[in-house]
Amino acid sequence: MTAETGSGAAENAGRSRRAVEAVWRIESARIVATLTRIVGDLGLAEDLAQEALVDALAQWPKSGVPRNAGAWLTAVAKRKAIDGWRRAERRGQRYAAMGHDLASRVDPDAPPWDPNQIDDDLLRLVFISCHPVLSREAQVALTLRVVGGLTSEEVARAFLVPTATVQQRIVRAKKTLSAAKVPFEVPDRSEYPERLSSVFGVLYLIFNEGYAATAGDDWMRPELCHEALRLARQVAELVPREPEAHALVALMELQASRFGARTTRTGEPILLLDQNRAKWDRAQIVRGQKALVRADATGRGRGSYGLQAAIAECHATAPTAGDTDWGRIVLLYEALGRLAPSPVVELNRAVAVSMAVGPASALRIVDQLVDAGDLAGYHLLPSVRGELLARLGRKKEARREFERAARLTGNERERSVLLAKSAAL
Amino acid sequence: MRYMLIMRSTSEAQTAAKDIPFDDIINAMGEYNESLIKAGVLLGGEGLTDAKEGLVVDFASTPPVVTDGPYAEAKELFSGFWILETSTKEEAAEWARRCPLGPGSTLEVRRIIEASEFDQDNEHIKREVAWRAENEQGVVAG
Repeated sequence: MTAETGSGAAENAGRSRRAVEAVWRIESARIVATLTRIVGDLGLAEDLAQEALVDALAQWPKSGVPRNAGAWLTAVAKRKAIDGWRRAERRGQRYAAMGHDLASRVDPDAPPWDPNQIDDDLLRLVFISCHPVLSREAQVALTLRVVGGLTSEEVARAFLVPTATVQQRIVRAKKTLSAAKVPFEVPDRSEYPERLSSVFGVLYLIFNEGYAATAGDDWMRPELCHEALRLARQVAELVPREPEAHALVALMELQASRFGARTTRTGEPILLLDQNRAKWDRAQIVRGQKALVRADATGRGRGSYGLQAAIAECHATAPTAGDTDWGRIVLLYEALGRLAPSPVVELNRAVAVSMAVGPASALRIVDQLVDAGDLAGYHLLPSVRGELLARLGRKKEARREFERAARLTGNERERSVLLAKSAAL
Repeated sequence: MRYMLIMRSTSEAQTAAKDIPFDDIINAMGEYNESLIKAGVLLGGEGLTDAKEGLVVDFASTPPVVTDGPYAEAKELFSGFWILETSTKEEAAEWARRCPLGPGSTLEVRRIIEASEFDQDNEHIKREVAWRAENEQGVVAG
């Protein structure tokens, strides 16, 4: 074999591996959801699906990707489930009872999933991945892995942690769900709003991790934002009558529309009002606005994501920073503060007030926050206070605040911007 | 990453499609589009009317010449497009593979260029940098 055909073969192998991975990315959630309903355990279902994937990686490069790849993977996983049961029965293990039930329900030639059932199963998968019995870290890892179809390596890369850490989190999460006997079902009415808000919380956390990376040199990790947006769009289609599902999509689209304008060529963050609006993604802004219209069309009012999306829309639709309707933004933050009181919302309201009314009124709000002490350790508090003091001409105090903010931020890029501001005073 | 699926078909394929009940085509495409929406990957797309209704503006001469109908030498006619957001080229290709099209039709998968990939030394970009320098009073972090 010549070197050339050797590298050609390696290239082909790489290409077929990527083709298998693409199918996995598209189909894995439906496969795992279907299997979980059948075997009654998410951990076992995921293991079976992963084993089917290993088979696909061995066979498809030679045989080609089957026309209905999802059906192939599901059938192989079901067969493995039955084989596992038979082995267990031979050994007289107690899983035999579960296996019997399974064999009576599994027809390996049946279509991969019932079209009338699959959306319910996917929704159950979303809820179980974000179940409150799990830690936030576990919810995030499990959601990206089983709903998003990412590999543990991909999740690890996105969160800058070792792959082993992600694998551990997933193994532990599966064990926790089994131990707590968490049923594979959509929560009932009494729990529904709270459980749904937990799902939204997980998705928004993933988005924010990408949007303002809390660690490392990169201020943004757009892939993570895209992943969150994709998951949010999926969830919105699963619960189309929930206004906050569409509002969350709207919020993410509107914020993500600024990606191209958020950093300088060398990677320093550019603040919203300094951004070149010509670089905002107009098509994405329109998608965000449409999602907000869909949220409003449910006729159930605006929740906290709806209000945040409306604020983002105010920025997105102002032709220049000077055209921003700060009065409206103040009202929206007031509404948000009443709905979901939080010191971070107060801080943002203070910024809006500084633009609508002036820095002195805003400083009073910020000083109350400083006195309350809730945001001690949050770098944006001294950062905003520094800006307000600078605008009031109190340079020495402003410098001190910027330096304090620089000490508190975990992001290198942001630190250098803050120190530059202090130095410029 | 964003990809455009560019649909082209020969005029024979377009004529052949006229024998298939229109509802069947609409239903199959509707189902396909729904699967893209549910997967959260569809950003947009449109189908085009008959090329005979269109015009071609040819820049071979100055001023350019406008003629009726499709470009004379075209063997395949551009008939529609989808814009998808996927994590890899292979995933876009896998979605393209699932499109309910028949012989005579092709889908070309092309990546859409991102704003960040444009030449930073371009005059427009330079003007933006100057504009930014004049506007350095930001308060809100984006």
